[in-house]
Amino acid sequence: MSDTVTQKLMLFFPRCECEKPIIYHLVKDYDLIVNVYRAKVTPEEEGYLVLDVTGAETDIARAIAFVRTFNVTVNTTGKGVIRDDHRCTHCGACVGHCPTGALHIKDPATRQVVYNEAECIECLKCIKVCPYNACASTF
Amino acid sequence: MKTYEQINDRIASGKAVVLTADEIMDYVDKKGLAAAAEEVDVVTTATFGPMCSSGCVLNFGHSKPKIRMSEAWVQDVGVYTGLAAVDVYLGATQLRHGDPANMYHPGEFRYGGGHVIEDLVAGKSLQLFALSYGTDCYPLREIRTWFTINDLNQAIMLNPRNCYQNYNVAVNDSDKTIYTYMGTLEPRRKNANYCSAGQLSPLLNDPFYETIGIGTRVWLAGAHGHVYAEGTQHAGAEERTPDGVPTGGAGTLALTADMKHMDPEFVRGVSLRGYGVSLALGVGIPIPILNETVLKRTCVRDRDILAPVVDYGHEYPQKTGKIVTRVSYAQLRTGEIEIEGAKITVGSMSSYHKALKIANLLADEIRRGDFLLSRPLAYLPKDTAMKSLIKKEEPK
Ligand code: SF4
Ligand code: SF4
Repeated sequence: MSDTVTQKLMLFFPRCECEKPIIYHLVKDYDLIVNVYRAKVTPEEEGYLVLDVTGAETDIARAIAFVRTFNVTVNTTGKGVIRDDHRCTHCGACVGHCPTGALHIKDPATRQVVYNEAECIECLKCIKVCPYNACASTF
Repeated sequence: MKTYEQINDRIASGKAVVLTADEIMDYVDKKGLAAAAEEVDVVTTATFGPMCSSGCVLNFGHSKPKIRMSEAWVQDVGVYTGLAAVDVYLGATQLRHGDPANMYHPGEFRYGGGHVIEDLVAGKSLQLFALSYGTDCYPLREIRTWFTINDLNQAIMLNPRNCYQNYNVAVNDSDKTIYTYMGTLEPRRKNANYCSAGQLSPLLNDPFYETIGIGTRVWLAGAHGHVYAEGTQHAGAEERTPDGVPTGGAGTLALTADMKHMDPEFVRGVSLRGYGVSLALGVGIPIPILNETVLKRTCVRDRDILAPVVDYGHEYPQKTGKIVTRVSYAQLRTGEIEIEGAKITVGSMSSYHKALKIANLLADEIRRGDFLLSRPLAYLPKDTAMKSLIKKEEPK
């Protein structure tokens, strides 16, 4: 088996394109391991699906092409949760709530709070607990 | 021994030796107390965090024809008009008109008084809407207009209580999530939040109020302001360790400064989910090193400062006065404390990072000769305790 890679995908569905069992096809036809972070898939409404897919690079590329045939916008470089570095005061109110340590204190001496986006699982907790409205969802 | 005048002369000639309260301990350890007291002129202290008892007085000038505002809103946030015709007081915790508050619990409180103050300092254009009952001398009954801070005659911050000397560490021993002014606290003591700059904090570096008093010049969000009174709830008689570190809240300061000289980086609206809005402020206070005792007190370290851990699920709201235990700021700053064998993740409401930045900004200003120190006109009381509100029968 070739080397596997993990890629984050953000899929945006226009109204009512969600009839197809997309995840089923990703697993079954493209042999991908799927890890869903966030989903809002309601018939007759715009929706989104944010997930990690793990598999062979070529399979991922084919899977993305397949998904695009449904008029679904696929964003492969996107950030689901952003922190506005300008608004962040480095207070640390979020660090106790972030389940993965994506938001963490780099150095106890200065207590600067860094955000490592790669570790974010989009639980959205920081958006709720940040007193300075520094964290936001991009959609 | 040095006097205020000697220290100010050194500052004015650009020769003052200034260190931050974060640097001074190692310096004194290296040089010895006596030598360091000779050499060092000023130690800068600072803090940055939500300070709910804050607000400002605004004067709009007169419209033509004139109005005596009896009700007014800035950005739909109500301001107090029980002052002269076009003076208002805008408070940090005032909600925006129509905010559902906690109707759908927990409320989000996206915008309120603290945010208006932030926008004002940032130079944004804000909407004023005012009503009046009309008088012979002030006939106008209604006005809606837009203004920036530069259009105002005065925009003076006037904060009844800032810079709590020490503060609680909040936990939640109940079995549901609670939303407090100390942030969101998860059930069964899963996380803890504190709110102090610890060893950098102004009143922890001058625990007996020997240099910080009424009239002391302070750095308030970049502007040069003053301590104008003891802060509300100032309780100088709080229990202390032998070194003077209070084991509870203790002292507070009432601060004022001209908002036209403030830096928006240090004036920030705060949204506390399920609780309300507030204002976070950056404050820096210089301590003149008059003698060895004053210097020794600025050498306080996080490990020597203990904060009470309090359950905000029951004990705090019911005012039982019970505390779980005490922990040091050194422990808190590691991001984890251990209580009764359980590890608890620690977050903070105040920013040490910003406090450090402020202490350095103030130190630079003093080194450049741009910030002179002032001797207190009066000292803060050390013998007052905090009173409670007692529910009484109507007096006969
Ligand atoms: S809670 Fe908000 S302001 Fe505080 S460190 Fe986290 S992101 Fe920054
Ligand atoms: S969304 Fe969740 S995982 Fe991502 S940074 Fe915020 S708290 Fe951490």
